[in-house]
Amino acid sequence: MTAAPFPVGQRDYSLVGPDSRRAVEIGLASAEWYHSDVPRAVMKDLMKRTDGPAIRDTILWFALLIGGAWGGIYFWGTWACVPFLFVYSVIYGSSCDSRWHECGHGTAFRTPWMNDVIYQIASFMVMRNPVTWRWSHARHHTDTYIVGRDAEIAWMRPPKTLTNFLALFDVIGATRSLLILARNATGRLTPDEKDFVPESEWGKMILAARIHMAIYAATIAVALATWSWLPLMLIGLPRIYGSWHMVMCGHLQHAGLAENVLDHRLNTRTVYMNPISRYIYWNMNYHIEHHMFPMVPYHALPRLHEVIKADLPPPNLSILDGYREVFASLRRQKTDPEYYLRKTLPPSAKPYREEFHTLNIARSNT
Amino acid sequence: MPQWIRACATDDINPEDLIRFDHDGDTYAIYHAPDGRFYATAGRCTHEDVHLCDGLVMGHLIECPKHNGQFDYRTGEAKRSPVCVNLKTFPVKVEAGTVFIGLT
Repeated sequence: MTAAPFPVGQRDYSLVGPDSRRAVEIGLASAEWYHSDVPRAVMKDLMKRTDGPAIRDTILWFALLIGGAWGGIYFWGTWACVPFLFVYSVIYGSSCDSRWHECGHGTAFRTPWMNDVIYQIASFMVMRNPVTWRWSHARHHTDTYIVGRDAEIAWMRPPKTLTNFLALFDVIGATRSLLILARNATGRLTPDEKDFVPESEWGKMILAARIHMAIYAATIAVALATWSWLPLMLIGLPRIYGSWHMVMCGHLQHAGLAENVLDHRLNTRTVYMNPISRYIYWNMNYHIEHHMFPMVPYHALPRLHEVIKADLPPPNLSILDGYREVFASLRRQKTDPEYYLRKTLPPSAKPYREEFHTLNIARSNT
Repeated sequence: MPQWIRACATDDINPEDLIRFDHDGDTYAIYHAPDGRFYATAGRCTHEDVHLCDGLVMGHLIECPKHNGQFDYRTGEAKRSPVCVNLKTFPVKVEAGTVFIGLT
């Protein structure tokens, strides 16, 4: 068994609880993280922004959405609508996440307004408040899988395997997202939201939630007026019946790996994937690379991987290979929440930053 | 009157790039703009405690390497969330191939 880097005991994943205070006290919050060495000239080239790849991908994205929607409407009521709605739903309910993510970072396009437009559209599709999630994701990058600091920890320990895999068709997640938007639309914010979103942004949060809820209300009204499920199959429900690919890829990012460490090689996973999944996921399968260097656009991540892979644990060779590893680790965590999978680094890699963790243990014991 | 401190040689910074400059316990970022001019700001992002020296210069913007927040390094103005607080700027002069930063 691999022991946790320092004792965590009973975890409190809220952002205003004892683990949050403890993370700040022992220096885990907003800390210095390990980065692989990349020459400045190489990194500048990797970070370079361009509109071309994202415009190409976005034209295809809209073509698939429009084509899928057209087929779904045209063949509605027959089995022929199924393949069209299958494509439409995955593009709507899964690729929305990666578009939200990359445009939220502002790296997909060189032109800022293009990032902003796609970010707003994708936020609506993925049922996320575009203001809240911009800030929660900033925190996820500052304090990746630091208990009590990171608002985006999907696999809390001990893991609730059944609940998380029921989320494959994201009924629970989508319902929760909708309820959060509904709450925000009434002007109510939770202590967690107030913790990571600056007060100057609260009004924008509420406005965004009201716009999203108004569109859903209009969709329901059209569905009732036409007495048809079709409007909801095109707006809203694809977030549930098309989210399986998003959830499948998302679980691979951090599940079964370490918490409360300052080295993304210990808490994040890179997985080789097929080209279709990489298109839907916008290369976020290179997830260690993304966390180490979030300024590198999605289209440059394969090149970044080649530059630093000698310093990283070996990637998983496929989605299936990744899930074998995830399941094995989660099984252990069910009975031993302190367990995490610690991958062996290649001889060419610099060692894990033990001194960060040792320092924190020493601090926590004083 | 600022005290002029030698920061670097002009050719220490590539055009459209920046370097870190530490002096007297404080840290700064010195920029070489695409138009050939030099600028200086505080070294750390106002959002989190991250040095801007690993960031990306695009035109007259500096993007923080951690969360992609952006500042106009000529004025220090915060241009893109998650940064909300402006960056402190410092006067710069160039003499005989040397960049000086004005500190008070």
